[in-house]
Formats: sequence, structure tokens, C-alpha cells
Amino acid sequence: MASILVFGETDDAGLTAPTLELLGAASRLSADLGGGVALALLGSGLTDAAGAAGPVGADIVYSADSDSLAAYQTDSYLPVAQRIVQQDSPSVVLMSQSSMGRDLAPRLATRLGSAAIMDSLGLEVDGDRVKATRSCYGGNARQVVTVQTDPQVITVRPKSQDPLEADDSRSAEVVTVDVAEPTLRARTTGKEQAESEGIRLEDAEIVVSGGRGLGGPEAFADLERLAGVLTAAVGSSRAACDLGWYPPSQQVGLTGTVVSPTLYVAIAISGASQHMAGCGGSKNIVAINKDPDAPIFSFSRFGIVDDYKKVLPALEAAFTAALD
Amino acid sequence: MDVIVCVKQIPDPETPAAAFKVDETAMQVLPAQGISPVISPFDAQAVEAALRIKDASGDGTVNIISLGPDSARDAIKHSLAMGADEGYHLKDDAFGGGDAWTTALALSKAIQHLGVPDVLIFGRQAADWDQGTVGSIVAELLDLPSATVLRAVELNGDSITVSRVVADGFENIDLPTPCVLTISNEFGDPRYPQLRQIMQAARKQVTELTAADLGLDASEVGAAGSRVQMHALFQPTSDVEVEIIEGDTPEEKAAGLVNALREAKIL
Repeated sequence: MASILVFGETDDAGLTAPTLELLGAASRLSADLGGGVALALLGSGLTDAAGAAGPVGADIVYSADSDSLAAYQTDSYLPVAQRIVQQDSPSVVLMSQSSMGRDLAPRLATRLGSAAIMDSLGLEVDGDRVKATRSCYGGNARQVVTVQTDPQVITVRPKSQDPLEADDSRSAEVVTVDVAEPTLRARTTGKEQAESEGIRLEDAEIVVSGGRGLGGPEAFADLERLAGVLTAAVGSSRAACDLGWYPPSQQVGLTGTVVSPTLYVAIAISGASQHMAGCGGSKNIVAINKDPDAPIFSFSRFGIVDDYKKVLPALEAAFTAALD
Repeated sequence: MDVIVCVKQIPDPETPAAAFKVDETAMQVLPAQGISPVISPFDAQAVEAALRIKDASGDGTVNIISLGPDSARDAIKHSLAMGADEGYHLKDDAFGGGDAWTTALALSKAIQHLGVPDVLIFGRQAADWDQGTVGSIVAELLDLPSATVLRAVELNGDSITVSRVVADGFENIDLPTPCVLTISNEFGDPRYPQLRQIMQAARKQVTELTAADLGLDASEVGAAGSRVQMHALFQPTSDVEVEIIEGDTPEEKAAGLVNALREAKIL
């Protein structure tokens, strides 16, 4: 019996970064909880990813490998996930606060007679419970909570946990999970891929983000030029996305992507708590805002108080010269 | 098409951070001076989605359920003023101190009490606790198909076609009815009630339902029935000290920032 079961995710490159982070967290928690770490993978073409799980923290891998699981769908994943939990009977189930985790965790927890805690930032063992610290009130508050029923289902915010150093001397036993033909009620009929020119937001070392203070969509072209100079990704506040100025896939914040780059340049962003929930983990924040009282400055290492329209061309020239 | 929307009244999420205060001992958020509670913004968008489904289908009803103290009535009244038909207020001291599970349990009983509609709609998360689980729990309890975090909802004959926001784009999903949907901020602005509609909504009856009305024992709901326990509630602190880059011209400021980033070995 494993004490902790991680529901991992894969992409073309294998186990995703949040999956490695979950395995890292699970390994640390299991040192205090006892028992081992199991990884559940649902998908298609999982052989390589399953084989790579041992060195990064898994003791056992449940591999549900089927064409019917190639993409996440509630109705196809839920019964398979339920069966893996029942087979492994973990005390804790971890998932990423991803598109899958958000959808799957509460339904799975309910089906198992338990409950889910969502979007945890910190995890700590207390007796046989895992105390989770999570953000609430749009990032204005933190709460510490436990699930009192079993299994304790917890989703974890990407980038909040450290992965393990890979140890190639470790390996995991791979258990194949039989997958029955799913009964789909809700059916995914197609997918619109967000335009993914340039660097992925969550992978970028530098992110240049714009907010409502930009005043219109045109300014994002200037941000993209600055991002080009810095080899950065371009992000947007929720306000700017909701106004239709930039695609929702580029939204940084509580309801968007969580980033933790080395440098986050916030341009005409006030620093609402729900935005900080998405970029607060950045190692350095630079704010450019004409309002000296904007909350963003209280999270920033460096700030420029001025109209972005005046500063941006100067900044582009200065960075171009500096990085030449 | 008959639609039920579940809504929640919460402290205004636009409350400036400086006015946001927590009573750590009581583990409660203190009401901000002079800032009224509002319907959770995602829930107002859920009501908007419901009204559009009703309009597109040409008939049916949009009914509203809210669980909460007296103030929950305001979220119901706001929804009625937007154009919803009837409001139901799950109100009982026994509901106090509940979690997502007990809330979803009571809502699911209320939905069964009223009759499961064609579509059940929720906001993607209440903008106070930010859990985003009640819609999915209700779907599971009622054994209904669900789609969460949606930016668009369309009636397509007898079925519902939705666009789900995922990390790298959007998924199109077809759902049969009855089904459960949760609406995300990408859906767009909800209609804003006009004065005449607010006056009409004020005169509408809101039906109150207790735990007993729903066949629930006090031990199953509220703090007694909760599966998640809170141990602390506090405000995070930032330990960063900002260095404002001064200069007479934008060029000086820009050069100053580049230098500062270099000295800090960030560039």
C-alpha cells in the first residue's frame, strides 16, 4: 500500500513539470506519513513516461494506456481514476491544479466518499493528515485546511513544490491498468489550440505582462517587441484579457497561468491580489506604473513611477543596447 | 429549457487590499467599511448564461438557489433583477460553518426537491474561498455529465455545446441534458439590472427552505457535516522592499533600471 498516490500528466516531452513537482512533494510527505509514492498515469503511449517515473520519486506506476484516454475527458478518466485509487488505497491523492485537476479532483473525491482541497501552496504532515495552506479571497488571504475523510484529495498549484534531483539508480514497478471502453456522456468534439508563437508562459525565464492601464490592445504589440529583445514571454492581467485585448491563454493570475520566472516585468498592472496569485512566485518583479500607490510596488524589487508610454521606448532601447 | 443557477453572496472581490482584514481568532473575514457584499462575479455570469439559454430555447424558466445567511437573499434578488424567474433561499442555522461538500449536498437536495432541470449552472468558483468544487460535487451527487470552466455555452437542438478554457486553448464539448456547467470569467460581462427590474425583483417572493424541508438532518450539514476542517486564516505578508528608480527623463529611468538589474545579476 502506498501512502500517497499522484495523478500525473504527460505531454510530448514525457512527465510534465508539475508532475515532477508533485512527485517531489509526495516523496517529502511520505517520509513523515510512512508508506511509498505511487504515480497514476492516464493517457496513450505512456511507456516512456512510466519508465521515467522511478528516478524522480515514484515507487510504483499505475499505467492506464489507451487511445480512449489520449485527452482528458471527465467521463473517460473518472472511472479509471476511481479504480486505481481503490486498488492502491492511498491515504492521500495529489493532483496538479491544472485543467485536469480542477475538473477531476472534486468529482473523484465525491465518488470516493471524501472531499478535495484545491490549489494548495504548501503541504505539511500533521499526524495522519496533510495540512494544506492555500490561497483564498482572490489571494488576499491564506487558509490552512485538512480533509478529515479518506482519501485526502489535494490539488497543488504548479511551481509551488520542488521536484527531486533525478536518481537513476531508482526504478519503479509498472502496473498495467485495464481500461474498459468508456461511456461518454459529455463528448469532446474538437480543440482550438491557442496561438503558441514564441515562448510558453510557464517556461519563460522572463515574462513581460501588461494590464488594464495600457489603455487598449495596441500596446501589446509594444510589449511583444520588448519581449523579443529580452527573449521573454508576454502575459496579461485578467482585466486586459476580459476586455479582449489579449488571448485568455496568456492570462497570468488566479484563474489563468501561474508563472515563476527569474524576472517578471509588470507594465501598467495595478497588482490586484488575484493577479499576484499568478506571479507572486517570481524571483524578481519590476513594476512600471504611473500611480506611485499601486499595490504592485509593494511586491516589486524595482519600480519606475511614470507613464509606460514614455518609458517603454526608452526601456526597449536600453535593453537592446545592454544585451547587444 | 429549464435552468437552475446556484449563486452566492460574497464580500466584494474588488475590495482594495488595504481594506481587507481578517479576524484570525474567529477565522473570518471582517466586513470592509462602506463596501457592500456582491453576488460572486462568476455567478452573475452563470445567470447570464442561463438567461441566454432560456432566450434561445424560446421557453422554460431560470430559477435561482442560494445557500447562506440573510445576505444570500441579495444575490437571489440580483439574479431575479437580471431576469430570472424564481428564487429559493436555503436558510437554516444548521447550514452555518459548512464546507463545499455540505453546501453541495444541500444544493443537490434542493435541486431534487424542485425537480432536476435541463441545465444546472454554477460560477467556476465562488470568489471568496476560490475552491471551485461545488458544481462538480453536485454533478457527481446527481450523477450528471458536467463541463467546467467555460467561456461559451450554446443551445444546439436538445444538447448543449460549450467551449472549455484549458491551459493551451479551448475544447469544444457536447453535452446531453440534463447536465452541469460552470462558467469562467472569459464568458463576458453579465447584463446589469435596470432600476425598473430591480423594483420588480424587490416585490418577488423568495421561497425559504430549511434543512428539514430538504430531508437533511442537522448533523449532515454545516460544521457538523463538513469534511474539510479549517485550522487557520491569515493575511500573507510581502517582505520585499521596492527600490524606485529615479531619473529626470524616461531615458534616465530606463538606463537606471537596466543598471540595477545588472548589478543584482538578474540580467
